[in-house]
Amino acid sequence: MSEGSDSSGSSGNSGNAVETPPGAAGGGDRTGGGFLAAKLSDPRVREKLLLAVSAPLLALTVAFVLVCLVITATGQNPFHAFEAMFDYGTTDRSQVWIVNKAIPYYLAAVAVAIGFRMNLFNIGVDGQYQVAAFFAAVVGGALALGGFVQIPIIILTAMVVGALWAGIAGYLKAVRGVSEVITTIMLNAIAGSLIGYFLKEGRLAERNQNIVHTPDLPESSRFFTIDTGAGLIYGSVVIAIAAGIAYWYLLSRTRFGFDLRAVGVSDSAAEASGVSVKRMVIASMLISGAVAGLVGMPTLLNDTGNFGNNFPSGIGFMGIAIALLGRNHPVGMALAALLWAFLERTGGHLNFIGYYQEIIGVMQGIIVLSVVVSYELVRRWGLRRQQRIVGAELAARARKNDTVEGAV
Amino acid sequence: MKILYGMQKPDEGTITAEGEQVSFGSPSDAIARGIGMVHQHFMLADNLTVQENVVLGAEKRHGIGAAARRRILEISDAYGLGVRPDVLVEEIGVADRQRVEILKVLYRGARTLILDEPTAVLVPQEVDALFDNLRELKAEGLTVIFISHKLGEVLSVADEITVIRRGTTVASVDPTGTSPRELAELMVGSELPVPETRESTVTDVPMLQVRDLHLSGTDADGVKREVLAEIDFTIHRGEVLGIAGVEGNGQAELVEAVMGMRDPDGGAITVDGADLSHASTRRRREHGIGYIPEDRHRHGLLLTAPLWENRMLGHITERPNSRGQRLTLSDAKADTERIVREYDVRTPGINVTAASLSGGNQQKLIFGREMSHTPKVLIAAHPTRGVDVGAQAQIWDQIREARREGLAVLLISADLDELIGLSDSLRVMYRGRLVAEADPATITPEQLGGAMTGETTGRLGGDDIDAPGAPGAGTGPARDSGEEDAR
Repeated sequence: MSEGSDSSGSSGNSGNAVETPPGAAGGGDRTGGGFLAAKLSDPRVREKLLLAVSAPLLALTVAFVLVCLVITATGQNPFHAFEAMFDYGTTDRSQVWIVNKAIPYYLAAVAVAIGFRMNLFNIGVDGQYQVAAFFAAVVGGALALGGFVQIPIIILTAMVVGALWAGIAGYLKAVRGVSEVITTIMLNAIAGSLIGYFLKEGRLAERNQNIVHTPDLPESSRFFTIDTGAGLIYGSVVIAIAAGIAYWYLLSRTRFGFDLRAVGVSDSAAEASGVSVKRMVIASMLISGAVAGLVGMPTLLNDTGNFGNNFPSGIGFMGIAIALLGRNHPVGMALAALLWAFLERTGGHLNFIGYYQEIIGVMQGIIVLSVVVSYELVRRWGLRRQQRIVGAELAARARKNDTVEGAV
Repeated sequence: MKILYGMQKPDEGTITAEGEQVSFGSPSDAIARGIGMVHQHFMLADNLTVQENVVLGAEKRHGIGAAARRRILEISDAYGLGVRPDVLVEEIGVADRQRVEILKVLYRGARTLILDEPTAVLVPQEVDALFDNLRELKAEGLTVIFISHKLGEVLSVADEITVIRRGTTVASVDPTGTSPRELAELMVGSELPVPETRESTVTDVPMLQVRDLHLSGTDADGVKREVLAEIDFTIHRGEVLGIAGVEGNGQAELVEAVMGMRDPDGGAITVDGADLSHASTRRRREHGIGYIPEDRHRHGLLLTAPLWENRMLGHITERPNSRGQRLTLSDAKADTERIVREYDVRTPGINVTAASLSGGNQQKLIFGREMSHTPKVLIAAHPTRGVDVGAQAQIWDQIREARREGLAVLLISADLDELIGLSDSLRVMYRGRLVAEADPATITPEQLGGAMTGETTGRLGGDDIDAPGAPGAGTGPARDSGEEDAR
């Protein structure tokens, strides 16, 4: 829960966000000052750190300069805007709001990232979570079993429905070779129609003034909340944290994760090594869809208690941006999700004090672009640099050997 | 070489071209100075014609129409390249493609040509034709830099030889006064290891049996055709079976069928008594098939992953890489250290990416990985392609070592000397069939070459070696060492 107070930083956040990824699940390095100093004197660690820091720094500088230019171009003062955003975004109430908002964003990002790690572009998270949340809401609304049984049933329903919906695209890709980009985006449209069909009075929904929604979940099926004094943090933050840990463990510590990443790096090498690429495509789409199924849970279990025609949409697409921003890293994506929520929170406020609200959209776009571009640049530069260092080191070693031989 | 062509910048030192000191920031600078490069891997667009490929990127010189065409034919005639401008590149063979590459460079006005391992993909007859082209170029006053691992070729075509080892010039020699052995020693940096007398380690225990294997595939035009037919062989414990053949005659498909990457239409594959005809690649690997792929970048390595992850690739289900579903990273890393040490992989550490190693060191890592899981069968496809002489010698030693330890080795190579030097028996593959067999102790590269083009079939070399006093086993070692020295 401590992320709540950590989320304070404005753009500084994303700096930390991305510092960690190359260290891949490192994080244990910070045990003591002396140890750290010792580590820093190791050239290889320094090298790693240099690479890790240069990309986010470059991205932030570029994004900051560009945003300043845009705001100045609208005839307003950029620095005042940043100050106002920072002040407003760090109030207690804002922090609670930001954390709650970031939960579904993070889950969506994890769902997208699972695909990204094996070069699958699951654009369909949006449709997957909506279909999943809808049927989970229907099931939840129809039962009255008491929270301990019913909440797991609702969550499980959402995961299964999300997995099946994504699995259609996975199956088509594996068996018929249809691009998952096309199928998932089409399934998004189909998902909309499917929900539209069932979300009618007399079918699976009821009307409450202007809003048509599924029957309310019983009170016992509401998820717990955490009272911070300044507001309630959704208990579903636990789901997000669990999903993040599971994502990390699955990918970096299991055979399945290794196979998945191998396919992502080189499907031909993975195939030759004994991975069934087709099976991996289906499996990863199923998992991605199951996680996508969770995206609607914070809203359903902690907020609305039903699925109505005002259920939030478009979170799947934000997940893509956040996964890109967080470099598919579990911690990076968490910080990116918080940054996204922070920008949304402060956007309204900017409008209130006389700035154009659209500036926030521009900022989000600029941040994603500059992060993606600068990471690619730094990655290439790092690869070249490493090749050069390896070459130099080997040449030095060879020279030493030669002189030793010569001496003998 | 990359520096000469402007793809990389030197840290220090100078380049002088035609009396002028120059520095290249990009390949186009190099071309402007009349230096052009023919890459080892062709850079041609298959679905464009020869002419289109040549003018692509050089449209400014003579446009893309009749003038360009005239110039192409002019160059082609002047140097005897025999290029047909209107044919699609996908329709022409490897040797012709290479000539197109050379023409491309000449078209851009190059006076100095860099050829990187140009003969790796050619059969002996094509190599001779290439050398004729090169002499033609030389006669016209052009300069050719010919980069090769094959000493015989260098000696026959070059006027001056510079030996480079580990990034430094070791020696410059005159080909007329140098023997292949001396050259090889310069390249390896020490006296070549004398190959020990070769005694047969072949047993009568069959390890890998392939029975009547058939495979068909659909080509680019959607036509179904036979890729492999009636493939039938047995490799015993301690035996090396070599497969010779011009590339593209089904060798790659044979390997893929044995490895389980393609499902055969008919026939059986058995390893140590276990029927694996339709098993998955992973099951085959777990059953003890080690695999050294032809294209290590595409099939053997995760280039952007660290060495220790590459060590796990292909053996992820086995110790020390995993226990159950869980990876055991520290064991895998420790074992990577061991492979790096035992197989002399030259690297500063196991955390660097596979891409930063040289080809030879990548291959040593792959070899070490495959040998670390007590394989029964080793499939080695072009194991020494694109690796330096030192690594080559080491890999040959390791294949012999593997054979001594009782592995059954299927060796596929385009290098006839390698095949003859390492194999216990030889087969020739032509158009998806094993058309001829030969005893490596008595066969010559020329005889093999004849069978590779489909001219001769059946048992090779039997009748001319009928002379008394030449039993196969006796000549084996001598030939072995002879071939060894030739590199």
